[in-house]
Amino acid sequence: MNNWLDALAWLVDPENLTGPGGVPARTVEHLGYTLLTLVIAAAIALPIGYLIGHTGRGRGLAVAVSGGFRALPTLGLVTVLALLMGLGILAPLTALVILAIPPLLAGAYAGVGAVERSTIDSARAVGMTEWQVFAQVELPLSLPLAISGLRSATLQVIATWTVAAILPVGGLGRFMLDGLPVRNYAEVLGGAIVVILLALVIDAVLAGTQRIVIPRGVKALRLASKRMHA
Amino acid sequence: MSWLLANLDMVLSLTLDHIWLSVVPIVLGFLLAVPIGAIANRYHLVRGTLVTASGILYAVPSLALFVLLPSIIGTQILDPLNVIIALTLYAVALMVRTTADALADVEPDVIQSAKAMGYSTWGRLVRVELPLSGPVLLAGMRVVAVSTVSLVSVGALIGVNSLGYLFIDGFQRNFPLEILVGIIGTVVIALVFDGLLVLMGRFLLPWSRITRTNGRLIVVQDDPVVINP
Repeated sequence: MNNWLDALAWLVDPENLTGPGGVPARTVEHLGYTLLTLVIAAAIALPIGYLIGHTGRGRGLAVAVSGGFRALPTLGLVTVLALLMGLGILAPLTALVILAIPPLLAGAYAGVGAVERSTIDSARAVGMTEWQVFAQVELPLSLPLAISGLRSATLQVIATWTVAAILPVGGLGRFMLDGLPVRNYAEVLGGAIVVILLALVIDAVLAGTQRIVIPRGVKALRLASKRMHA
Repeated sequence: MSWLLANLDMVLSLTLDHIWLSVVPIVLGFLLAVPIGAIANRYHLVRGTLVTASGILYAVPSLALFVLLPSIIGTQILDPLNVIIALTLYAVALMVRTTADALADVEPDVIQSAKAMGYSTWGRLVRVELPLSGPVLLAGMRVVAVSTVSLVSVGALIGVNSLGYLFIDGFQRNFPLEILVGIIGTVVIALVFDGLLVLMGRFLLPWSRITRTNGRLIVVQDDPVVINP
């Protein structure tokens, strides 16, 4: 129980709450890294995912690639890229973008895939262009699964940036990986608590967003598609 | 290549550690999650709580969970038990949700028929509902297996040996080949586990062959990625 009190004391110690190495600064860093990673990964994954979803081509390949990427050990990817690309932000950023692509991709194409075929056919039948079919029908209806993909990617990116603190980068992993070798368990535990809270808060925010952006009627569709999968 | 030959003993022993550290959470996770999932499916109040709890557990970054466990359960910080328990928790978190969803997806007509034939609640679960959920459970277990194998290596950061040791050692020595050996070893273990699960599925669920691809897609959709380092 002592450990928790130490961690708590560490968390409220003014020394750990200010300056470039303090909890707020590290949290902002962690959020910044996470956002940057997600923006780059989304810029690559979403167009490809929606293209696969819209055309229905390359789905098998995308499933295989996503599955294969899942087997890649994050720590291995982070360290090998750091040796090949040099220390600095670029190597872990590349590794994390690679790891964030599969869930975003899967969310996008699965989201479009879950839209009823007859809905898309109806959109064409009333004279919508391909772009309109995509932008006004497939995109909004794909949001529940696309955002669920974003949630997975976000959790994974937050978690992996802590692991990436094995490299000389900032973020909340610093506390855990700096504290472990010197047996400063108050710092280790304090850092762990902060990163867990961050992950939970961000996930809750995204879960809320997921509920808000879902257009009316999609909920019914979601239930229907769930039944279909049985 | 000569490095690999010279250090073959170490690599093999780390591989065995890695396999052991992954197999226990995968098997335990399945054995624990199926009954919990069945309870979640039966009682709606419990279902909400369990699904929320798994969601929260699932969001906890693995490194944070590894270092947190000693203070919760009283293990030593270097104890491999921390990694085994943390990964078991992730496996349970994923499989409880998958099991509950799979059981909820069994056609109501089938359940009515089973009731009409006189199956007890328990008998119906074991002989009708679980076999019909098999393909989805298998798809979930494939995700669990692959992500567990990948996550074991993060344990190397807290000093629990696995192929992940090669990542840290290779990084500190500035020796990319060692890291590559570790990555390839990890991916091979993951592929072998995945292959074994598919084979078990063919053997135990011969009726599922047609829906197998479908089953996999369901999990991809519900929970696109499960690597939670």
